[in-house]
Amino acid sequence: MLQENTALIPDMIKQIPLVNYVLLASILFVIGIVGVLIRRNALIIFMSIELMLNAVNLLLVAFSAYNSDPNGQVFVFFIMAVAAAEVAVGLAIIVMIYRNIRSIDIGLLNKLRG
Amino acid sequence: MDILGLLKNMTITHWSFYIVSMLTLFGALGTIMSKNPIHSVIYLILTFFSLSAHYIMLNAQFLAAVNIIVYAGAIMVLFLFVVMFLNLREENEELPKNSILIAASIVGGIIGITLIAAIRQTQIEKVNPYSFNTKTGLVETLGSLLFNKYLLPFELVSVLFLIAMAGAVMLGKREKGERHF
Repeated sequence: MLQENTALIPDMIKQIPLVNYVLLASILFVIGIVGVLIRRNALIIFMSIELMLNAVNLLLVAFSAYNSDPNGQVFVFFIMAVAAAEVAVGLAIIVMIYRNIRSIDIGLLNKLRG
Repeated sequence: MDILGLLKNMTITHWSFYIVSMLTLFGALGTIMSKNPIHSVIYLILTFFSLSAHYIMLNAQFLAAVNIIVYAGAIMVLFLFVVMFLNLREENEELPKNSILIAASIVGGIIGITLIAAIRQTQIEKVNPYSFNTKTGLVETLGSLLFNKYLLPFELVSVLFLIAMAGAVMLGKREKGERHF
């Protein structure tokens, strides 16, 4: 029984320690943060946010696969759904900003008042 | 010598993990570095495909398919459409100021060091071969979970989509007064 189950475990999970995935996701997340900080194009800032979301997704999938707990993968599914809704609204806002000030440089948005 | 020996001992699994990870990081760096927004979108698509490859290697086939359909399919087409719609190519963005670059790298470095230090302190347990379930990431398992335990959130997501669609249509509607394009 044990031998059978061990033979079925994917090679990736047997040979690659989970720490590698955690490190990869951390690096991806940091790249996303740096992208948000250095770019002034609103679209690219948005893409960096997607990168951060995907880093979190990778982490959730890795932990879920190593612990064989499907709840984590359902969570990733919901994150993807929310990200799709977020992108639709965010891009509509960016298009509206472009219509009003003819640019999507966030440096020009300093006149916003809350 | 030591590195050479290490390379010799690497199996095809190690090679595929490291190559796909390199592709992921390369795509992520290209996304934030490239000047042309269209190149950024293409690099981001590369990142999403390599993440799907990771999911497949982790035996999460359902999420790999959903990732390609939702991210590389729907979201990136939306991004590409907006980039081409706004015609940003003529606008050459100047390089970010040095002070911003330094500040950003300090912030990124500190967050990265914090994360790595936290990871080094944790004790991550090994895979338990007794309780390992190879069917975790398949559509069968996730579908039954999604339609039993998570039925209410699943239905609420549809409401969220409806609201997001209405909001996007309302925001994107042409306003009456001045008309720029």
